Amino acid sequence: MKKRRSYPLILFLLLGFLLIWVIAFAQEESPLPPSQVKVKDTPNDNGHSLTITWKSSPDSAKILGYEILRSDSPDGEFKVVGQALATDTLYKDKGDKEKESPNYFPSHKNFYYKVRAKTDGLSSESEISLPAYAFQQWYHAGKTPVLVAVLIFSTLTLIFISKAKKGKELYVRPLAGIGAVDEAIGRATEMGRPILFILGLGTAADIATIAGFTILSRVAKRTAEYKTRIIVPCNDPIVMAVAQETVKAAYMDAGRPEAYEEKNIFFLTSMQFAYVAGVNGIMLRERTATNFYMGLFYAESLILAETGSIAGSIQISGTDQMSQLPFFVAATDYTLIGEELYAASAYLGREPLLLGALKAQDWAKGILLICLILGTIFTSLHLDFFANLFKFSLE
Amino acid sequence: MRRQLPILVVFISGIFMAIQYFVPSEPAEFVQEYAMDWVIVIGVFAMGLGLWSLTKVNWIKVQRQTPGWGYNLVTILGMVFMLVVGLIWDPGLGFFPGEKSQVSGTWFMNFFWYIYLPIQTVMFSLLAFYIASAAYRAFRARTILASILLVTAIVIMLRLIPLGAVSGINQWLANWILIVPNMAAKRAIWMGVGLGMVAMALKIVLGIERSYMGRD
Repeated sequence: MKKRRSYPLILFLLLGFLLIWVIAFAQEESPLPPSQVKVKDTPNDNGHSLTITWKSSPDSAKILGYEILRSDSPDGEFKVVGQALATDTLYKDKGDKEKESPNYFPSHKNFYYKVRAKTDGLSSESEISLPAYAFQQWYHAGKTPVLVAVLIFSTLTLIFISKAKKGKELYVRPLAGIGAVDEAIGRATEMGRPILFILGLGTAADIATIAGFTILSRVAKRTAEYKTRIIVPCNDPIVMAVAQETVKAAYMDAGRPEAYEEKNIFFLTSMQFAYVAGVNGIMLRERTATNFYMGLFYAESLILAETGSIAGSIQISGTDQMSQLPFFVAATDYTLIGEELYAASAYLGREPLLLGALKAQDWAKGILLICLILGTIFTSLHLDFFANLFKFSLE
Repeated sequence: MRRQLPILVVFISGIFMAIQYFVPSEPAEFVQEYAMDWVIVIGVFAMGLGLWSLTKVNWIKVQRQTPGWGYNLVTILGMVFMLVVGLIWDPGLGFFPGEKSQVSGTWFMNFFWYIYLPIQTVMFSLLAFYIASAAYRAFRARTILASILLVTAIVIMLRLIPLGAVSGINQWLANWILIVPNMAAKRAIWMGVGLGMVAMALKIVLGIERSYMGRD
């Protein structure tokens, strides 16, 4: 009796194992491969990259990702050169241009590709692609809108410079910070105290620092005329060298070359907070009447400006660093915001050629404003052609 | 001629670099990398210039014993000490330690980590107090604009604090301020900065702006 009772149980267990085996076997089935693998040269590059596209595997829900395989012959060995996510349908096979590099990718050499869909342990490969080779481009088509904008702006600048050359009076709106420069230098002269000019933490290659040099030149000329000492502690040796030349030239222009003292334009340190400590010390020891901050500034901006405020100096700042502008606005008397830093030199010099460039800048802003309004209207009406005109790629 | 030649060099370099931006090919890349190498080389030579300036300015003050000359002496001694332990002799590594001096545990790195860095941290920490004092001045409600600034600042600061029933409204208002008016102002400044940069570059390349160049 007992033996007869155990048969259904054994049968049930066997069926159970069979069912589990069938399910497991079904799960371990290879995924369907991706299809339509196409290879083309990556556009707008130096000729060491190919772009591979494919149509996702029909089993994309269960695959973990793709492997990209490359060979220089359809019958040769295909090696894995990259990985892509299960949701990707594009991969850029990019290599180095140096022949010595292990990742060297030659130009003008045909390559064949396969894409392998992978699940946990199993995989399936696509058909081999047609051959393609990489080659360099001589124009970055993705940057066309940038080129057009630069050309328009340059033309505008040249037009206004030419007008200025012919003697046309150009009106530019007044800036409070610029108006205060003379007042600030005059105050230092009356008080018999020096002026401090800080060029920030940028290098001589930064455009904000170059703008700082141009303002330094104008300020130094006035200080030479007023016989006021100007101190320029620098954060970078090259900036120091350029600042020395700038101040020297300004003193010569003012007709007072003998008043120029090289020791007043010196290198302090290239370390950020050591520089802050040094400049703060100068502010408090020398009791500078006026402080100028013109150039690139980072976290030190507020420490400098607050110390100057405690020392009772008049302070004029200017930077294009968005994150530091609120600090300067809060802690200094006048702030040149963003583009005003670049315009300051023209305002101070009042030279027609510089004012011409400034006028072009205003016109360019006007064109930008019109484009923004038109873009808003067209995009609101679901007409994307206008916004697409401005799309560009930096890759 | 002394003025024309640098202007010509700036013009050619500027035009070339502008063209290079639109040309992705290998020769253009090569010249750009070559120019960047030059910048590094000039930077290294300029470091010597900086050292000379630092020594000269401080030494004059020590010699003349101007008020506070002791600090100038400490600066010179500190500089010489770090140059010696970093380049010439480290008690643990011997003569000419080279790159080994930048490994932790050496005299050079110990002085950097345990003397220079704490001092730098102290300077940075001052920022917290200065933010408070600057905010106090900026947010004094003397005018209508200053009052708007004060109210806006309160709304933005409170967005990180649970405020019960009004939390949702405050959150919405703070996000709106950040995304709409704040972002609009930021973008306007960015556009202006972009145009200003191009204008400045153009003025320099065309030789209109020469004030940074010195004199004949």
